[in-house]
Amino acid sequence: MGGGSFVTYLNGENAMRRVVVTGLGLVTPLGAEVETAWKNLIAGKSGAGPITHFDASNQKCQIACEVKPADHEYGFDPNKRVDHKVQRQVDPFIVYGIDAAGQALEDAGLTDMTEEQRLRAGVSIGSGIGGLPGIEIESVNLHERGPGRVSPHFVHGRLINLISGQVSIKYGLMGPNHSVVTACSTGAHSIGDAARMIRDDDADVMLAGGAESTVNPLGVAGFAQARALNMSMNDRPTEASRPYDKDRDGFVMGEGAGVVVLEEYEHAKARGAKIYAEVVGYGLSGDAYHVTAPHPEGKGAENAMRMALRKAGMEPSDIDYINAHGTSTMADTIELAAAKRVFGDDLSGASMSSTKSAIGHLLGGAGAVESIFCILALRDQIVPPTLNLDNPDEGTEGVDLVPHVAKKRPVRAVLNNSFGFGGTNASLVMKAI
Amino acid sequence: MSETAERVKKIVVEHLGVEAEKVTEDASFIDDLGADSLDIVELVMAFEEEFGVEIPDDAAEKITTVKDAITYIDEHKG
Repeated sequence: MGGGSFVTYLNGENAMRRVVVTGLGLVTPLGAEVETAWKNLIAGKSGAGPITHFDASNQKCQIACEVKPADHEYGFDPNKRVDHKVQRQVDPFIVYGIDAAGQALEDAGLTDMTEEQRLRAGVSIGSGIGGLPGIEIESVNLHERGPGRVSPHFVHGRLINLISGQVSIKYGLMGPNHSVVTACSTGAHSIGDAARMIRDDDADVMLAGGAESTVNPLGVAGFAQARALNMSMNDRPTEASRPYDKDRDGFVMGEGAGVVVLEEYEHAKARGAKIYAEVVGYGLSGDAYHVTAPHPEGKGAENAMRMALRKAGMEPSDIDYINAHGTSTMADTIELAAAKRVFGDDLSGASMSSTKSAIGHLLGGAGAVESIFCILALRDQIVPPTLNLDNPDEGTEGVDLVPHVAKKRPVRAVLNNSFGFGGTNASLVMKAI
Repeated sequence: MSETAERVKKIVVEHLGVEAEKVTEDASFIDDLGADSLDIVELVMAFEEEFGVEIPDDAAEKITTVKDAITYIDEHKG
């Protein structure tokens, strides 16, 4: 990028580097690979249930959307892609992340890159919280048995950037090795930042996404004490995540990972890769308001959406599907009001749904998993539903929130929103190519 | 095979994820079984736990093969 001035940056040789998606990987409560999770999502299934990872009988919240065990119909088998030794040393969020990254590389047909290609291939997979279960276990261990019993793998088995580290080691990826930590915006920021790395010529290929696994006593108690989780429907887990519904009462925690292969367009074309979508817009903003509550007028959300559209060079009417942040909290209608200001009262005909109604809130994984659902909506021309939307709240009139059942419709371009604690917002725009 | 040897081998198989046949008495943790220095720290901790012995750092540094571990444990367990 000769010169390095701002003008060169905009108009120089790299201005035309376009970024496309050529591989997908998912580990979710509705399936541990892409097609199964998507099929179950479109079928209107819920991944919620009573917590089984630990005895939650003394918790205020006793439900979650857990990744299912290997013997389940759509469970996750860690032995497929993660070495036994690694599994023993690291927290589950890293195991999910490595597997999803492997799926994405396999899907893209990039598991056998030359050394030259691997020098230009990087990883940007983040997490919102990281290895909380391991931190909890080892703190108790330290307290009860002393410092000499703390695992030598404690630190690097919990660190957030160790998905990116492990994946780079496993597949020999020597390009940028990066990791985003922006709470529940992590997955979306990871994809947006990695797309910029490709555009800026740091790499030709980037694995990008997010992972989370904090369905453990400390994680559930922490979010419950912050009054963020649904605690009123422990007896009806599949009804508890109900974005935009009048009876919504907090989110249901999910877990899992989503990873995409991002690739420079000419690079993908030259090798005849299957291209799912192009990443055309990325918007970021801060609420500058409160640590957990969104700005009451959704200013930050609005700014992120507007920036993403502007970067994409698109009009609001070009977007056909919005995957909302929509956590099933009071914030849902704030996001919707912001979307209406950007897109118009009827969202210019776009459908907007929250897939958190089905898979729960994957926190740092959410933005990546939901971006993949957006990409599949583009591919299959169908938008996933918002489950449990029995009594839509005020302010939802005239908007297609895709209640209960998936909907076939033309989908030319999609926007994904993710917002996190601290008031951090990200919006991504992708379109068919 | 002594009882100590059997228990040591079981721990090595579990911790390093290697096939039981590879865990011969002459096998070196690093050269033959794919361990790194941190894996050895973890193995030593597991031996301490399993056999109720204390293995100080200077002794642990000298344990490089399966046989070294078995010998140390047999000499020091109560």
